[in-house]
Amino acid sequence: MKLLPFEKPLAELYDKIAQLRKLSIEGNIDLSSEIEKIESRAEQVRKEIYTNLTPNQIVQVARHPHRPDTASLIRLIFDTFVELHGDRLFGDDPAIVGGIATLGKFRVVVMGHQKGHDTKENIHRNFGMPNPEGYRKALRLMEMADRFRMPIITFIDTPGAYPGIEAEERGQAEAIARNLREMAGFTVPIISFVIGEGGSGGALGIGVANRLYMLQNAVYSVISPEGCASILFRDSKKSDIAADAMKITATEIMKLGIADGIIQEPLGGGHHDWKMVAQRIQETVQAELLNFKSLSGNEIKAQRYAKFRAMGRFLEPLE
Amino acid sequence: MSIIDWFAKKEKSTGSSERLNIPGDVWVKCTSCSEILFQKDLESNQKVCPKCGFHFRISPEERIRYTFDTNTFIEKDTTLGPTDFLRFFDTESYADRIRKAQSKSGKNDAVVSGTASINGLPVNTAIMNFAFMGGSMGSVVGEKITRIIERSVEDFKPVVVFTSSGGARMQEGIMSLMQMAKTSAALERLTEQRVPYISVLCDPTTGGTSASFAILGDINIAEPGALISFAGPRVIEQTIRQKLPKGFQRSEFLLAHGMVDMVTDRRELKTTLSTILTTLSIPREPI
Ligand SMILES: [Zn+2]
Repeated sequence: MKLLPFEKPLAELYDKIAQLRKLSIEGNIDLSSEIEKIESRAEQVRKEIYTNLTPNQIVQVARHPHRPDTASLIRLIFDTFVELHGDRLFGDDPAIVGGIATLGKFRVVVMGHQKGHDTKENIHRNFGMPNPEGYRKALRLMEMADRFRMPIITFIDTPGAYPGIEAEERGQAEAIARNLREMAGFTVPIISFVIGEGGSGGALGIGVANRLYMLQNAVYSVISPEGCASILFRDSKKSDIAADAMKITATEIMKLGIADGIIQEPLGGGHHDWKMVAQRIQETVQAELLNFKSLSGNEIKAQRYAKFRAMGRFLEPLE
Repeated sequence: MSIIDWFAKKEKSTGSSERLNIPGDVWVKCTSCSEILFQKDLESNQKVCPKCGFHFRISPEERIRYTFDTNTFIEKDTTLGPTDFLRFFDTESYADRIRKAQSKSGKNDAVVSGTASINGLPVNTAIMNFAFMGGSMGSVVGEKITRIIERSVEDFKPVVVFTSSGGARMQEGIMSLMQMAKTSAALERLTEQRVPYISVLCDPTTGGTSASFAILGDINIAEPGALISFAGPRVIEQTIRQKLPKGFQRSEFLLAHGMVDMVTDRRELKTTLSTILTTLSIPREPI
């Protein structure tokens, strides 16, 4: 498992453990108590590191190459899943996966941004950065969900919508904007989870939800910390300051009233235990689907509108 | 995102028209063709270069003068103002940026909104102001746009919005992103009520503004030569590492790619809007 830069103290301990193991085998000596000591020390260090992560370190966890991805989570969470492809207009975007799924007696439409775990996968998935056809595929599936009275579950994990020539030609802005407007009109519940990176409009494009959850080490921001740093701080290396200033962590997003809940990850980040992450998301999905069962379509739509209508902080003194 | 380009430009030149160092400020050099223009001539031509047709950026006051019937504009939500709720600090605090922008412009934030008439037709309208922090959309812009749309949901007056914005306002963090959803959700209600919404996209309309209410008009009208994009040209160049074609992301490019209905000269805009609104509006009993 790739260790992150701030996990360096751990790397040293792990190296030591490996050395002792080797020594114990080669020299045929019992070093198990020494090894155990270092292992428990490592566990202690890991706890210390992970209870005090800075926003910038959380960004690194959110982007960990082995972080659980949408397609894997879907397979772990749902009983059945049938992937569906294409926007019926231009093509099929591998940066967004989606389809129909069941969970117990619930039928849902589920979709999310898809990142890869290695270079080859990431090139295929465009690093989770959709083109317009990705958003249009998502909309097609959501419209179908609305028609067949199926709740919509979305997983958000993208650096942002793809900034490319063809994306602009095919109307990236229009594709995202249309989704924002149409999602506001659906009469089935929309439950969204930020599982990794919630990058700007590209994240929101499948995130106009009745309920929004964030994984503990997920982030959600209007622009990447690097982008913000290069514009406002004139130095992309100041992304740690930008990550802090923009308030992008799950705790902060919840404080601001944008997220409704935080899903705890295993110690050391979600990449250590995909199944645990999946199970916790599954429990939340089930609970939310039950919650919304008693609401009418119009109530569901009104609840979503009221949620977004209340977003904004401004002053309005009397005239 | 594409507010990057605004900052880049800002470093090179200040404002949209280069004023010559002549007392009285009576001469202006055209940004596009470099023609020396008499300020008064330019103003009487709605700030369109008489020689090359270049459209200078204009203030909300100028927009109101050029587009609406005389003295029909009534501003609403005048006291709505921004607040530095994140205590955001980059090279200076957001609170200071707000104060500076307010004292320079005499405005609370980057949009002016209200009611007005176009050739006798009443509309709810909003005009974005690029001179105020790059026209960036924070909570105030989102709220004012949402309010005029909601008024139209009630009174059925068509909505006309003039956009000019570098995108979301980073100093308001995630809250600025959410204004995209808020304004678009209001438009969903408007659509349901079958009230026309005309979006006039002016230079520049990028990032979060373009990817929400700006592009969602029943009819999208672009001013000539306006930069209209999701990702800014600089971001795209950095991503793909090649030069962008000439005219990329300009109004005419968007027209060719089916994203706007027309590119309309500012001097024709009032007539065009009036014709469209008359044709589009469902006859209703006045309320
Ligand atoms: Zn000129």
